[in-house]
Amino acid sequence: MGDVQVKKQPKKYDVVIVGSGAGGGMAAYTLANAGLEVCMIEAGPMYDPQKNITQLKNPWDSPRRGASTKFRPFGDFDACYWGWSIDGEPYTKKEGTQFDWWRARMLGGRTNHWGRISLRFGPKDFKRRSIDGLGEDWPIGYDDIKPYYDRVDKLIGVFGTNEGLENDPDGIFLPPPRPRLHELFLKKGATEAGVRVIPSRLSILTQKLNEDRGVCFFCGQCNRNCSMAKADFSSPNVLIYPALKTGKLTVLANSMAREVLTNNEGLATGVSYVSKEDMQEYQVEGRVVILAASACESARLLLNSTSTRHENGLANNSNVVGKYLHDSTGAALGGFIPTLFGRKRYNEDGVGGAHIYSPWWLDNRKLDFPRGYHIEYWGGMGQPSYGFNWGIEKMNGKYPVNGQQKEAGGYGASLKEDNRFFWGASVGMAGRGEAIPVDSNYCEIDPSVVDKYGIPVLRFNFKWSENEIRQARHMKQTFKEIMHNMGAVITWGGDDDASNNYGLSKPGEIIHEAGTVRMGNDPKRSALNKYSQAHDCKNLFCVDGGQFVSQADKNITWTILALSMRASEYIIEEMKKQNL
Amino acid sequence: MDRRQSLKLIATGAIASGALVAGCATDDKKDKKTDAPAADKPEFTTDRSPEEAEFERALKAKGAFFTPHEMATITVLADIIIPRDNVSGSASEAGVPAFMDFIVQDMPQHQTPMRGGLRWMDTQSIKRFGKNFVDCTPAERITLVDLIAYPEREHLKKDKKLAPGVAFFSLMRNLTVTGFYTSEIGVKDLGYAGNRPNQWNGVPADVLQQYNVSYTEKEIKECVQFTDNNG
Repeated sequence: MGDVQVKKQPKKYDVVIVGSGAGGGMAAYTLANAGLEVCMIEAGPMYDPQKNITQLKNPWDSPRRGASTKFRPFGDFDACYWGWSIDGEPYTKKEGTQFDWWRARMLGGRTNHWGRISLRFGPKDFKRRSIDGLGEDWPIGYDDIKPYYDRVDKLIGVFGTNEGLENDPDGIFLPPPRPRLHELFLKKGATEAGVRVIPSRLSILTQKLNEDRGVCFFCGQCNRNCSMAKADFSSPNVLIYPALKTGKLTVLANSMAREVLTNNEGLATGVSYVSKEDMQEYQVEGRVVILAASACESARLLLNSTSTRHENGLANNSNVVGKYLHDSTGAALGGFIPTLFGRKRYNEDGVGGAHIYSPWWLDNRKLDFPRGYHIEYWGGMGQPSYGFNWGIEKMNGKYPVNGQQKEAGGYGASLKEDNRFFWGASVGMAGRGEAIPVDSNYCEIDPSVVDKYGIPVLRFNFKWSENEIRQARHMKQTFKEIMHNMGAVITWGGDDDASNNYGLSKPGEIIHEAGTVRMGNDPKRSALNKYSQAHDCKNLFCVDGGQFVSQADKNITWTILALSMRASEYIIEEMKKQNL
Repeated sequence: MDRRQSLKLIATGAIASGALVAGCATDDKKDKKTDAPAADKPEFTTDRSPEEAEFERALKAKGAFFTPHEMATITVLADIIIPRDNVSGSASEAGVPAFMDFIVQDMPQHQTPMRGGLRWMDTQSIKRFGKNFVDCTPAERITLVDLIAYPEREHLKKDKKLAPGVAFFSLMRNLTVTGFYTSEIGVKDLGYAGNRPNQWNGVPADVLQQYNVSYTEKEIKECVQFTDNNG
């Protein structure tokens, strides 16, 4: 092997951004539109939803009929490249602990396939320590971020309804779609159980927002990314390609960041990376460096960016980088609604995701766990894919088919009748809850393992606590009650108990990891200030899930977008004042 | 019913929660390979990442997994499970045998159960009728199939030797059903009406009526409603 030579990109940028998901995309869009020269580094390939298409494909367009692979854990039509394991890029876990780390490798990252659930954090979500004494308060409150939520709503678009709920704030909403049939059943069952059900809040355009994007045509395939109408939010469709039109943004794809470079004063000067195309080492310089590589990847970059001025890793005088890692909790359960057997056929694809959801409805002071959860629902006549009616021999002997009691199993014309009869009656639900970030849940650099680029990898050390387990138990009780009230039969997820933590998802499985580069007012206890700016390195920012102090029982994307917009505008102001 | 009452029912097991269709456990782990006779190799016509495209090129470069005899047996069995009826065509007309050859290479965990199961069928067939399964008459085939196609039949509780056949036939049934209802013929048979641009105006009125449900005033006022037909 020849010498490794480092090549410097000749152009010096105003800003270098690592990562192209929600945080990186919003930063690039905001800064490029302000006239700054921006360079974005992305570890995966260029991806253009207008050309890379899985939308409106039929199941037979995939020889594996939409089954998942290690390349696409959410199925063969899902728009996200890679997932919990990537060839040549390992991570490790401390013995006896768990964490599954999802990594997208493509322009736009996970925004290409996410659930488009776009929930604002509420006033209480920023001040949880003041309420229950656990975790930490954010250095900002709802009023600080509200103007940015409003602008994200208007820029990107989200449907929903203003309900006047204290901790689920109103927004600037497009009209939601009407509930589907099974959702009317769910609504009834949940309401009877005292669970509030309101229209979903999803970043999908049910009406025209601007000339660049179309309107949802209800194929239910947002996880494939809306190639046809750009009617859902993904970073490429909505932020990056529009930012490229300014001529101010350069994207370096297939570029794996190695470390943030610093000078003798300890300031960031740029980023070093390895190009996957020629396996050569490169450096790119910028006046400001923004990390948006995802919570754990940004923490990894900081911890790997050691220097005499930053011996403990960059922005880590506080020693909190990698700590306070947390993911949403999850537990799910499902079955079918017997009254829907043999139902009339019509197109009920709707939008990608449920048309209804349940925001947290109870008071934790009266419960044995400290934080809430919201409920997501699904069911109905979706597009068939691999696994269709798998296990029908466990169904067709139990429930009469068109009035006739049959034997389990079988074959022939009778089996075809069974398959038609049972299809479209399924229903399910899942909780997504808030976990308490603690310093004993963390990722760190594994001292002895590197990836195929020679970059030291992360080692995870994570355990759920009783807080999360009790929350999962409550989820399961609630779900059973909802299913019962709507006359549904539970076929899976109904038998969980203490032996399996009541079906609580494995850490990392919900893919909402956050907290590893948290913000705060005290530089001894946080990595970033309230503008997402490193306490120890003023021209370094982190705008992904890393900066979160806690993540509420809300999906974090909308808050990432708002915080990234806010940090980017702060950078513009500070540059004008010549502070950066 | 109030929450307390409903929880009580749950606690006393009044609500059935027996394992029926394991909705989550179907998407098995997979890893490799490709497909059968070069002529009818299925093509991916969707976006592929670079690594994925490379993986699938290698998969395609492999020949068939099943031997011609095995494929013939699969075809006969698949058409017993999903025959042509007055609604739609058969499994083989829908390309299920080629799907099977692809899927066992893509999901190697199915290889041994399928190969071994097919051999089990022939062994039993020779024992009973003196010939391989495909060489049997239709009546002979059904005689053997009936022994293993109904997992809850009484005779299976006594005759444990048939258990491998029952397991094989269930796998064969599941793969056939999945392969068929994800084919063009099968999707049409099912009446799946989606995967096309449209405008969602809510559940059709006759269906609302059928199930005695309705939209609230609030929903009618707040939800998007399309009045034109240009979408």
